[in-house]
Amino acid sequence: MSKEQALLFELGAPGRRGYSLPQLDVPEEPVDELLPARMQRKTRLDLPEVSEGELVRHYTALSTRNHGVDSGFYPLGSCTMKYNPKINEETARLPGFAFIHPCQPAESIQGAMEMLHRAELYINEVTGMDRTTFQPAAGAHGELTGMMLIRAYHQSKNDQRKIVLAPDSSHGTNPASAAMAGYDIKEIPSDKRGLVDLEALREALSEDVAALMLTNPNTLGLFEEDILEIATAVHDVGGLLYYDGANLNAIMGHARPGDMGFDVVHLNLHKTFSTPHGGGGPGSGPVGVKKHLAPFLPVPLVERGENGFYWKDDLPQSIGKVQGFYGNFGVVVKAYTYLMMMGAAGLRQAAEDAVLNANYLMQRLKKSYDLPYDRLCKHEFVISARKQKKKGVSAADIAKALLDYGFHPPTVYFPLIVEEALMVEPTETESKETLDRFAEALEEIARLTEEKPERITSAPHTTPVRRLDEVKAARNPSVCYRSDG
Amino acid sequence: MSGGRHYLPLTDAERREMLAAIDASSVEQLFDELPPAIRLKKDGLKLPPPLSEMEVLSHLGSLAAKNRHLREYPCYLGAGVYDHFIPSVVQHITGRSEFYTAYTPYQAEISQGVLQSIFEYQTMICRLTGMEASNASLYDGATALAEAAVASCGATRRDRVLVSRAVNPYYRQVLQSYMEARNFGVEEIPLAEGKTDHAKLETMLNQNTAALLLQQPNIFGLLEDMDGVAEVVHRYGALLVISADPISLALCRAPAEYGADIVTGEGQNLGNPPSFGGPLLGFFAARKKLLRRIPGRIAGETKDREGRRGFVLTLQTREQHIRRERATSNICSNQALNALAAAVYLAALGPAGLREVAGHCLQKSVYARKNITAIKGFEQAFTGVHFKEFAVKLPGSAKDLNRYLLEHKIIGGFDLEPHYPELGPAMLFCVTETKTREQLDGLVEALEGWL
Repeated sequence: MSKEQALLFELGAPGRRGYSLPQLDVPEEPVDELLPARMQRKTRLDLPEVSEGELVRHYTALSTRNHGVDSGFYPLGSCTMKYNPKINEETARLPGFAFIHPCQPAESIQGAMEMLHRAELYINEVTGMDRTTFQPAAGAHGELTGMMLIRAYHQSKNDQRKIVLAPDSSHGTNPASAAMAGYDIKEIPSDKRGLVDLEALREALSEDVAALMLTNPNTLGLFEEDILEIATAVHDVGGLLYYDGANLNAIMGHARPGDMGFDVVHLNLHKTFSTPHGGGGPGSGPVGVKKHLAPFLPVPLVERGENGFYWKDDLPQSIGKVQGFYGNFGVVVKAYTYLMMMGAAGLRQAAEDAVLNANYLMQRLKKSYDLPYDRLCKHEFVISARKQKKKGVSAADIAKALLDYGFHPPTVYFPLIVEEALMVEPTETESKETLDRFAEALEEIARLTEEKPERITSAPHTTPVRRLDEVKAARNPSVCYRSDG
Repeated sequence: MSGGRHYLPLTDAERREMLAAIDASSVEQLFDELPPAIRLKKDGLKLPPPLSEMEVLSHLGSLAAKNRHLREYPCYLGAGVYDHFIPSVVQHITGRSEFYTAYTPYQAEISQGVLQSIFEYQTMICRLTGMEASNASLYDGATALAEAAVASCGATRRDRVLVSRAVNPYYRQVLQSYMEARNFGVEEIPLAEGKTDHAKLETMLNQNTAALLLQQPNIFGLLEDMDGVAEVVHRYGALLVISADPISLALCRAPAEYGADIVTGEGQNLGNPPSFGGPLLGFFAARKKLLRRIPGRIAGETKDREGRRGFVLTLQTREQHIRRERATSNICSNQALNALAAAVYLAALGPAGLREVAGHCLQKSVYARKNITAIKGFEQAFTGVHFKEFAVKLPGSAKDLNRYLLEHKIIGGFDLEPHYPELGPAMLFCVTETKTREQLDGLVEALEGWL
């Protein structure tokens, strides 16, 4: 049985330190004269006191209790956990990128502005849009920005539309982002194919609809093949079409949201463009728009002038700012690096391999699991454990059992329209052997479900901790360590 | 072979084998359902040709080389992004790929590393601010303040907030976009001598006010006088929201001491490089009573089935993947790796180190302020208690001065005039522990040589 890892606060000793600073080289004045006593901190500053070596051992121990893409297969659907090239880390750390301040005079940061400018041109090309802002710091932030843009666009025409439509298979962030932009949400059901129900969409459309938010391929991994009809229907009532770019990886170089009729697009650079997910972030959620929405983009934009690059601030119709500066620039450097490495042919090949890997795995897994939508998939697919559920083994149990095989499980219980959903996205950076091993593990789990279900329902068995009690954590929340318990 | 093909393990033979296994005759067939009108040709994308790793490094290197950076030139810019020393240990920990190649720890049993590190980070943020709960991070200090305003409206069921004009102008712009989108109102409290006008504040508070938003130290580097503020705000049933510089909290009153309800701020300065303004780190901490209003991920302690301590994402019913349009926020990806850096930084420094850093900022900025304002034509804009930034009225435009300083291999301060035209030409200087006396004397010398 493995041990608990002590908390930082349980390590070290008073007076121990993990830093060194130079001697103060200016005349020292009494602190009380610079900072009146009534403004000084009274509460004890109770931070860890550890040596540098202890600190490193602590975090090294923690890192061994964590699974990343570098540790093993990570087919977390909708998250595109592809390999994160090491060159990305190196370029983003160049002092000329990592150690520049956002308020420096433009003449001292021409290289950074040029990089943003080029990245914008290439992203415009990949998406088929006219302008792109890198200010949104993540996908959901891009959605919020996109919704603000759509609102500003309609308002500029004195049009106060109130409704945003999203399919019932949409990411939770879609309705949440639209609500943050003041919209009421209406769900569009999916049809038997797993695609947007065109009839239901037509019924829901009215002159009160500001936009339809759509992920294409959708969260079932299926391409919305009626996309051109959908676009026409939405535009016919004066609505706009919003593209959730979470799944762009499947179609890079094969089709572009701009050509499908989308007016606003967000991308997740941390998915499609190989930047690491950082244990939850930072990501980057650039938003691309067609010309008619460009006047509303957040300020500032990078422009190329006669004397080099400059910031364009005077956009009277701009929605303002959504992040303090220019977004997660360091992540954009990594994505740009990836684009430079891949080129058009590389991106197209990546999409093809992602789709091939997903279809290969799907065809094999549908023999042991239900496949509710049995058709050609794109970069991901959703199987259901409803068959296994009848034996008392849930999708969550299967996920936990996969941990014992060294795999990160698929996304579970999403999309909401599939019972006991397991959403698998292998990505293009996995080898055939890995896919085969993963399929074998899931097949064995299906077999054990019949023979020894308790082996699965009691999983995981080999992880640093066994199954954790989430109910207890939520019922009596402890979100901050107290040494007094 | 050039290009990122080395990220793609499938060989042509394997591709054929796999296509055969799924009864497809060609890869093209896998894209059959795409309408022909939108299908791109093989060379449909106009992008530069793929490059090798060597070529890409050289290209990015040459772009980076066109920038003057903070390790090359001393930089006196602050205003939300700060040049503090980053101990080597920080990058070595955040560079461990078990951390940085993972995603949100949905599967707790194989994510104890990230989850425990978040729990430790949350604890350190609570201890710095005096709050009882913290989330796992938000995008930056600006969005953290905006989220706090939105959360305050939810908690009080009111629809407007008051924000001081002494709050960072970029933060106020972000606040404005977030609040406007929800049809909430923002009113600005005017300045009095570089600080929030307390007399005006009292007259502006009313039964519709959800929160008062202040920055500490404020945009001019001045400490706001917080005595009695919380009492007045609470009398109207509103919340006190503070955007604090976490390093200042080693010396200055913890916001809990003066009655703050929510404390947000920029955590970039805790072990993260400036990175041209992103990725940054928004922190968000609150009183226990507001726990369920907090946006974003929260790690919580629990036990496994054998009684071992472990950590999970908790209170997820606040979040978008469960609550959808009724979530407290839409945030999904956050700034986890930057939060990890902050935790490593805070643990490396400990209480003594953080006090030492804060003390050096205080002492060195006083030294710089005295010497700069002793130059003819350079006038201290405001009197009061400063931490590491101070505003100076200039005898000429800040733009010109910065251009001049750049020629002298110095990155000057923040131009205040576009944001506070009433000041006339004025510059905000930021002096942290990274500046040596020699550099500060060099700055003064350069300023003397200007005009």
